[in-house]
Order: sequence, then C-alpha cells, then structure tokens
Amino acid sequence: MDQLTYWIEQAKPMPGAPGVCQLEVSVETWQQLARDIAADGGRLLALWVDCEPAMTVRVAFLTKSIVLVLALAVAESSAGYPGLADSFPAAARMQRAAADLCGVRADDFDTRPWLRHAAWPTRYFPLAPERQAFEKTEAVSDEYRFVRVTGDGVHEIPVGPVHAGIIEPGHFRFSIVGEKILKLEERLGYVHKGIEQRFTQMQLLVGHRLAARISGDSAVAYSWAYCQALEGMAQVVIPPRAAWLRALALECERIANHLGDLGALGNDAGLSFGLAQFSRLKELWLRAGEAAFAQRYLLDFIVPGGTGMDPSVNGLSGLVTCAGMVGATASEIRTIYDEHAGVRDRFTGAGIVTPELAARLGLTGLAGRASGQSFDLRVDLPCEPYTSLSVTKVWRSNGDVAARVEVRFDELSESLRLVEQIVQQLPDGHHLVDVAAPAAGTMGTGIIEGWRGAVFIALTAAKDGLIGRCHPHDPSWQNWPVLEHAVIGNIVPDFPLINKSFNLSYSGHDL
Amino acid sequence: MTPLDWLTQLLEMLAALAAAPLFVGWINQCRAWLQNRSAPSILQPYRAIRKLFYKDAVLATHASSFFRVAPYVVFGAMVGAAAVIPSVSTRLPFSNAADAIALVGLFATARVFISLAAMDVGTAFGSLGARREMLVGFLAEPALLMVIFVASLISASTALPAISEGLATRTLALYPSLAFTGVAFVLVLLAENARIPVDNPATHLELTMIHEAMLLEYSARHLALMEWAAALKLFNYACIGFALFLPWGLATGDSPNPGTLLASIPVLAGKLAIAGAALAVIETVSAKLRVFRAPEFLATAFLLAVLGLLVHLLLGA
Repeated sequence: MDQLTYWIEQAKPMPGAPGVCQLEVSVETWQQLARDIAADGGRLLALWVDCEPAMTVRVAFLTKSIVLVLALAVAESSAGYPGLADSFPAAARMQRAAADLCGVRADDFDTRPWLRHAAWPTRYFPLAPERQAFEKTEAVSDEYRFVRVTGDGVHEIPVGPVHAGIIEPGHFRFSIVGEKILKLEERLGYVHKGIEQRFTQMQLLVGHRLAARISGDSAVAYSWAYCQALEGMAQVVIPPRAAWLRALALECERIANHLGDLGALGNDAGLSFGLAQFSRLKELWLRAGEAAFAQRYLLDFIVPGGTGMDPSVNGLSGLVTCAGMVGATASEIRTIYDEHAGVRDRFTGAGIVTPELAARLGLTGLAGRASGQSFDLRVDLPCEPYTSLSVTKVWRSNGDVAARVEVRFDELSESLRLVEQIVQQLPDGHHLVDVAAPAAGTMGTGIIEGWRGAVFIALTAAKDGLIGRCHPHDPSWQNWPVLEHAVIGNIVPDFPLINKSFNLSYSGHDL
Repeated sequence: MTPLDWLTQLLEMLAALAAAPLFVGWINQCRAWLQNRSAPSILQPYRAIRKLFYKDAVLATHASSFFRVAPYVVFGAMVGAAAVIPSVSTRLPFSNAADAIALVGLFATARVFISLAAMDVGTAFGSLGARREMLVGFLAEPALLMVIFVASLISASTALPAISEGLATRTLALYPSLAFTGVAFVLVLLAENARIPVDNPATHLELTMIHEAMLLEYSARHLALMEWAAALKLFNYACIGFALFLPWGLATGDSPNPGTLLASIPVLAGKLAIAGAALAVIETVSAKLRVFRAPEFLATAFLLAVLGLLVHLLLGA
C-alpha cells in the first residue's frame, strides 16, 4: 500500500469539506489507484464528468484517512475512459448517467442508457457546452433491454413506474418462480428534472435553494453540503453558532425521517398501529421544529455564510421538551415492535445483505451500518461542530430488515440526545456572515452525513458569480444496486418491506 | 310456506344488501379508533360504492366478455348465499334449495369467477392475486366444510336453518366440539375475507395484495359490484358464524309471528356490532403473515375443526 500512500501525499487539498484532496492522474494511474483503493477497503463516494473547461472524469473515494478525488482528463469524448465497475460495482450506473449527460463513455460492458428514457435525442448531451437546442418530440419507448432469466416456470412481473399507491416512480422487473425472486432489475430515471443543467444557469449565492430541493427528505444535508463547498471556495469561516445550528437542523431532519420510516415499516408488516403512532410523533416533532425554525421541513434554513434565522430560546427549549417526549414514546413502541411475534417474523431474516456483500458492493449510509459497514462521517471525518460533539456510532451486522430497524431506533435516540446537547452547549454570537462569490474556476466539495448516508456536492465557480458546474450526489446511487441483491431468494410480497427498509431516494438519484 | 315466510325471505336479502357496507364501515371505524386515528364515517363504504356507480367504466383492451360478466356473477352468488343463511329467521323458503354444502359451493363459484376474471386481462398482478387466492381458497374450503359437518352432526341436518334452529332450541349446554370449530371458523373467516393476518384490505402495495390485486383492473360499476360483493361475503360469513355458534335470538318455530321477527333484528345488529369490534381488535393486534405462512394458518383451522369432529364423535359432546 506504499504506492497508495505516495499518491495520497501527492494530492492537493480542495476547499470545502475537511480532508478532501484532489489528484490529476493519467489513464494508467486511474485504474491502478482505483484497484489499490478497493484493495485497501476504500469506498466510492461519487463519480461525475465535468465538461468545462476540459472534459474531465472525476471520482471521489473515501480512503482510510482522506477523501481522494481523482481527475482524469479525457481528450476526445469519443475515446472514452477506463471504467471502474470491476473495482467498484456501484460506479457502473454513475458512468452510464454521466454518458447520458455529457457523452463520455466508460469502456465497461454495460452501455445502456440510464437516465435518458428517450426524453431527448441520442446525440444531445444536456451538460455538454456545445449542445444545441432540439425540438421537443413525443416521448417514445426506447426498448431498454432488461436481463432475461430463462428456465422452467420462470416468469417476469413488471412493476411501475406507475404504482398502486402514491409513491415516486421507478420500474422494477422481477424474474420469479412461484413467489420466489430469482432476479430483480431496477430501472430509474423517471424523475429526471435536469437539475444539473439548471444549476449552471444560477448564481452561486442562490444555488443552495435548489440544492435543498433535490431530495426533499434530505434538504438540510444537501443545502449544508452546498454551502460547505461554497464557503470553502470563498474562504469564509462561518461563526460557531451557525455551525452548531446547522448540526441541530441536520439532527432534526434525521429524527423526522427515522420517525416516518419506522412507522411505515410497521405498516408494511401489516401493523398499522405503528404507523399511526409514529405519524403522530413525527407530526409533533415537525411542529416543534416549526416553532423553532419557522419551517416544518428545513428547506431554506441553511444559507451561504450561516443560517437564515436564529431560533428563539423558547423555540429551542420546545424542541428539547419534544425530544424528551418523542424519545420516551418511541422506546415504548420499540418494545412493542420487539415483542410482537408477527412483526419480528416479518423483519428478521428479510432482505439480508451480508457484511461481505455490503463491502464488495459499497453499501453506504444507514443501510451500510446495518450490514457491518460502520462508517459515519459525523464520527470518521467530522466537520464543525461534530468534532466537539462525540457522536456514538450505531451499527449492526445482521444486514436484514430487523437490523435496519434497530439502527434507525438507535440513531433516533442518539440524535435526540444530540439535540439536547446542542441546545445546551449552543455558542453565542452571530449566525450569519457575508459571503462573496468566489473567483471563476475555483472548485470545492461538500460532504455531509445525511440521514440516508453521505451527501456529496462538487461545485465549480464560473465568471459573473454563476455556477459553472454543480454535481450533487445522493447515497442512493450506491444503495439502489444493492437492493437488487438484497431481495434475491426472498418472496415477492416481502419486496415492499425490504424496499422500505432501505427507503432510497428517486428524486435525489434521477436528478 | 306462508306469505309471511316469503316476506321474511325478501326482507332478509334486502337487509343483507343494505347492512353489509354498514358492517364494513363499522369495522373500519373500530379499527381507526383502536389505532388512535380519527375514524371515517360509518357510511363511507356506501359513499364509495355510490361514487363508483356514477363513474364511466374503463375496460382493458384485452378484456373478454367474461371479465365484464364476472362482477355480476360474483355479486349474484353473494346475494344467493345471503338468501340461504338464517340471519333473522330460520323460516326461509330458499333454504330448501341449498344446504350448507351448496353454500360452500356458492362461495367457490364466486372465487372461480373472480380469479378467472383477474387472469383474463393478462396483467401480472391479476394472475399473482388469483394464484394466491386459489392457494388460500383450496385450504380454507375443507376447513369450512369440516366446521359445518360438526354442527350438522349435532343437529342431524346440513340445512343451515335447521342447524341453527336445532342448536337454539336445545337446552343450554356447552359443546366442547363447537368451541374447537368456533376457533377454526374465525380463522377461516379471516382468511376468506382478505383480512389481516392473511391479507391486508387497506394496503396500497400491489406486490403484497391478494384480493385487491384481482380487482386492480376493475373500475366504476364493475368495481362497485366487486366491493359490494366483498362486503356481502364478510356479512354472510358473520351470519354463518352466528347461525352455527350464537343461534339465539333468531325468529324460530313453525309459525313465527311478526313480533319475534322484528325482535330478531336488533339482536342481529347487536351481534354484528360485537363481531365487528372483535374483528377490529384481531386486525389491530396482528401483523400480516408472510404469504407462505397462510397454509400453516389454515392448516391450524382445519386441524381444530377435525379436533371438534373427533370430540363430538368420541365424547358425544
């Protein structure tokens, strides 16, 4: 691993999130380093393509000590670049999406489109600088080739993108024998909204508003990651109070999402009592949050330079009171979930991802922590104020639905504790400082541990205070492919429960 | 058979048609209360059915006429079943035409039609639902027959009115055999009516559905009839339960007068209210079983019914 240490030392620090370094590499080093990092137990964080000023493929790895960003210049877009799917299977879909958006292909075997869904012409690349406008034509079926499973009695069930309930669109192709799932293939991209292209038309100082709306359940994580990148590029240090308030907001978001998921998981096991109780708790929590932050979902709380407002003392104490109540009630319901034979039977052993498989496929975030991938940015690569908060990391190694439920329960109580601690130790001072738009060409990154996992943003400034490129990355990119493995051998009616236990983002993934 | 008997027969069928959605509304209300939710109106199922009758029906391109006929057959079968189950009086002219075994056959007819209609359109969910429905059905029917046999042996008849009249007019005695079969019957009722723990009537997850999956392609009046038929089925099962295990309060005897007939209506309402509340409790405290646990669940029902039969044959009790 000396070679790897050597390269890490060569890398130049990037502004924004702590411990991020960039290294420009040649094609040979690109592949070799990816293999070395994989062998060393590193994780893939994100992969994206920048079209300007020169076509560059970038990939962010989480090594043991730092986040290493490799930049590979691609001379001609037709030539392509070596794919990383062998070392990091999760890279495959990111490469396919990058090919749809920028027209630069990896040389991996899977060249099917990922985001494109026949919504725009094949030769049109939304992020390429020399793109030309095209006539909006009617959407056509693009004859996507699913992998076929053949054999006696094997048949396919296509599910979605339109579902019987009101949920986000995604297509799931099951190959089954009887009720047993032999293979699941996902197809996503139905909520592609052109967010990355929209970013390039926005001012740097308002981009956080769009970032917060990429995936509504992770608004705080995204807007914080964006502001972290921007503030790093502008060389602004936010006041301590602002950093602590951001952490408070992030934990509030985590609590609200975990409460919602725990209820929905009970409901999917047929215990609607759980849904009713957790919905009530979530609503009370959101109302306490509204009293403190003047917003139920914290879409515009984090702004460049600090926070948009400073919660009142009353609002903060209301949050602490509510946290105590939520914690007590949630632990009572946890006892019911634990002791209910029917619920235990549904949760235990469903959708198992073993720690070995999770490590190989790069399962990340909450789902990763339920499969022995005990990585949490708040502990392992903390930014302010997590450096002084001593977060207890939660993890399990069973990797089934029950483990993901337990991780949620444990994280819920840890976050409730953090809320109390943050409110008690909240530093005085300003909550906002001015930020000037950074010079054109600077590039920064933001990484925040959202409730689902690490949210990553890579931001480049253009002239006139515009955004040159902003690539937001949701942890769902790494986890969606693992879901395909988690359901193998399970029965079809258990899929909704397993899917819910991951609760991955469509919007944050499709962009 | 007197004109009053025919009037009773008509009254009973109309009562079943009218009361079935109300019974479902009541169960939903109890469930909501038990789950700390504010409950929908007890009349909500009527509103849903009325709304559906006002809509234009949409049919799948590949639907055959079988698909369109099925709702009427299913609905007709349930009305027919309601005609032979003694819910208020045991003097039912129609019940001479069909005994309890024919009744099980009537339910089976409805099941065959609804399943074939679900497969008719050729969507994945319809076939999936039909397959699961058949799995549940072929295990539930023997258990139901066994339950009925026990009661028949005690009262020496397979006609439901005769069974309940026989049981109601005896001196009050505890039948251990009926206790076993009573539990078996509740299990069959839950499975046959798509209730938790076997199926979830409130689910919106198409991959877990059994009954709902078969109705996904139906709309408007067809769907209204199917929903109404499902409510009738639940009502019928409740009334079979009352006829076998709680036959008291029915208008019985050879020459019933309108007074006893009228008196039996509030008794039925009371029984339904208690049964609905009990069903809501069961559904609230249980989680849904994995599909492959359904055979175990129904095997338990069958075993209990057989135990009831053995208790009756060996102990004569």
